[in-house]
Amino acid sequence: MIQLHGVTKRYGDAYAVQDVTLTAASEATTLLIGPSGSGKSTLLRLMIGLTRPDTGTVTVADDRLAPSNARALRRRMGYVIQEGGLFPHLTGRANAALMARHLGWSSDRINARIDELTRLVQLDPDRLAQYPTELSGGQRQRVSLMRALMLDPDVLLLDEPLGALDPMIRADLQDDLRDIFRRLGKTVVFVTHDLGEAAFFGDRIVLLRQGRIEQSGTMQTLLSDPASPFVTDFIQAQRAPLEHLHAEE
Amino acid sequence: MVQNASLSPRSILLSFLVFLTLSVAPAYGQGTDSTLTLGSKKFTENVILGWMGTHLIRAEGLPATHREELGGSRFLWEALRRGDIDAYPEYTGTLRQELLADVDVAPGALADTLARYGIAMTAPLGFNNTYALGMRADRAAALGVETIADLRDHPDLRLGFTNEFMDRSDGWPSLRRAYDLPQSARGLDHDIAYRGLESGEIDVIDLYSTDAEIEQYDLRVLRDTKDHFPAYEAVFLYRRDLATRAPAAITALKRLAGQIPADTMQRLNARSNIDQTDEATVAADFLNQSLGLNATAETDTRAERLRRYTADHLVLVGLSLGLAILFGVPLGIVAAKRRILGPGVLVVVGVIYTIPALALLAMMVPPLGLGRVPAVTALALYSLLPIVWTTYTGLKGISGPLRESADALGLSAAAKLWRVELPLAGRSILAGIKIAVIINIGAATLGALIGAGGYGQPILTGIRRANLGLILEGTVPAAVLTILALALLEGLERGLLPRSMQS
Ligand SMILES: Nc1ncnc2c1ncn2[C@@H]1O[C@H](COP(=O)(O)OP(=O)(O)OP(=O)(O)O)[C@@H](O)[C@H]1O
Ligand SMILES: [Mg+2]
Repeated sequence: MIQLHGVTKRYGDAYAVQDVTLTAASEATTLLIGPSGSGKSTLLRLMIGLTRPDTGTVTVADDRLAPSNARALRRRMGYVIQEGGLFPHLTGRANAALMARHLGWSSDRINARIDELTRLVQLDPDRLAQYPTELSGGQRQRVSLMRALMLDPDVLLLDEPLGALDPMIRADLQDDLRDIFRRLGKTVVFVTHDLGEAAFFGDRIVLLRQGRIEQSGTMQTLLSDPASPFVTDFIQAQRAPLEHLHAEE
Repeated sequence: MVQNASLSPRSILLSFLVFLTLSVAPAYGQGTDSTLTLGSKKFTENVILGWMGTHLIRAEGLPATHREELGGSRFLWEALRRGDIDAYPEYTGTLRQELLADVDVAPGALADTLARYGIAMTAPLGFNNTYALGMRADRAAALGVETIADLRDHPDLRLGFTNEFMDRSDGWPSLRRAYDLPQSARGLDHDIAYRGLESGEIDVIDLYSTDAEIEQYDLRVLRDTKDHFPAYEAVFLYRRDLATRAPAAITALKRLAGQIPADTMQRLNARSNIDQTDEATVAADFLNQSLGLNATAETDTRAERLRRYTADHLVLVGLSLGLAILFGVPLGIVAAKRRILGPGVLVVVGVIYTIPALALLAMMVPPLGLGRVPAVTALALYSLLPIVWTTYTGLKGISGPLRESADALGLSAAAKLWRVELPLAGRSILAGIKIAVIINIGAATLGALIGAGGYGQPILTGIRRANLGLILEGTVPAAVLTILALALLEGLERGLLPRSMQS
């Protein structure tokens, strides 16, 4: 469980996040959605301690996040950054195993864990010998996910993990991911600006606008009881994929 | 921030150890304790005299080495005082005008003054290598000119002097006043002056009284009847402690006193400069003839020389580059990571690089003496810039997302540096090392000036004797070495960097 309480983050005079109070419940997937620049990535960075709030507190499980414990807490969280962030000088396998190696895991243990994760994210094991530049976008995303899952963290923070994928692969990975989240019972915070994707994953959806929470709740609540005209507009703008989703269900 | 805290002390310690080892290792030409070392300046006459001293001391059964063609009077003076060398040929004028210029040396009190520095000198060797005026002997005979004063009777004579002579305080302006000469003079390059003299366009030039060209061009040296030019009598300087350490060496050097008149020295200079005979041989032949010695000069074959130069050059380049990498990479890390110290490091390294390599070498001599230690230190300092700067840019160039990924994994600062940042900056750092290699191999040729040997040695000799073959003996291997070193680094890059990081 991650809790943000009255969190504000400013860059210069501009608020990236303003007075946000938010709980990401255990073993559930919380969806952060909103227009570009609305503060989604900043919220994730605050949760994993890559940036410190100007005011307010961040609590992970029962520990209040502070510079002194940030590194220890990070090892209990997996983070997939918006651009993937795989290290170009390491193969897929070495990327995934980096932290475990640093912590001194035996190679047997590492190999076993990698095999397990390879099956989980449904990646062709041969691909692990490739460098990130030699992988397709979807394969890269799967390796990023393996790296985030390597130490079996309780929490997964995913920043548009399916951002740059074509719709076919994207749908594929969406299915895989939702399956993984449910099976592993992880606390997941998932950023997207695609409403369809949010509905597909979201136990709870948090709609952000200019660093503030505009509305949070289930997809149904957002649809039937919008808190402001902005919510309606935001949904309206993404109508087509949503209808497509309804048609599927 | 505790960045690189665990990395840099280790590497700094390592570098320090390497430096220590280097400092205690005997430098080139520096023998064991009982071996005496002679030095000489980088012009032919002085090298010949240096060899004479060496042969004479060896004839007494004492082991002696000769560090030839060192950069300048100041280097030798410092080296003698420090004890890096035990003796070298010097000129009284240089002592008075340059080395002891700040000291008031009364006439006849030179030896007493030297004693204060722990140095003694032999009696003059015979010739006085001072400035002089010269004319073609036939023309001088035709006009009846024998002394400088005689020039007054021939106001039409054309005078061409080197620019240095035009400017010197004891040069043309004061000479003209002293002798009340009616002519005006032109400033010329030395070679052009000789050619002008040959073709008859110029009648009088300035020269040193023992120049090899005096014989070659059959010149008459005009007598300085008013003693206008200060005396530059050749002597041997030696450390006073030789009297207890090796008294026989002093006796040996003293045997040369009064033995070399100016025309003899001219002839010896000509043998070396014009006939291209090795100075050691010229010196040995002279001693065997006039002092009945039985000296032989060991002359290396070209292959032996090349091997020696290559070994010396490799040591200079290898050690200095190793030090530069050992210090440069950690300094580059500091530059990239420390907010206040960082820019300071970049500026200091940059400023060091603006010091000309030659000046940097010269600055190393007073504290570190002659030979490898000062040369390697100067070269290492000189090679720092590319390595520090490319390490810095390599680290700074790592993209935000990658940095963030490393942080998000929970890697410690040191692990992040070691496992992520340095590998990502690897190509940039290697590029810096390649630049450093090129700079270093070139700059190392200057090491010969302070007795560190290497490819600079034949280049110096070649320049001195105007011998292109000798110059090529240094420049060609240096070029080959550069190519080989770059190829090696290219291979290293292939082997070290993962294929995804290669160009
Ligand atoms: N390091 C930073 N320095 C200055 N401004 C920043 C920084 N990081 C974010 N911002 C600003 O904060 C605001 C929120 O940025 P954030 O990255 O959280 O947006 P986002 O919702 O993730 O957008 P997107 O959907 O485009 O990824 C933006 O206006 C951005 O310009
Ligand atoms: Mg974002």
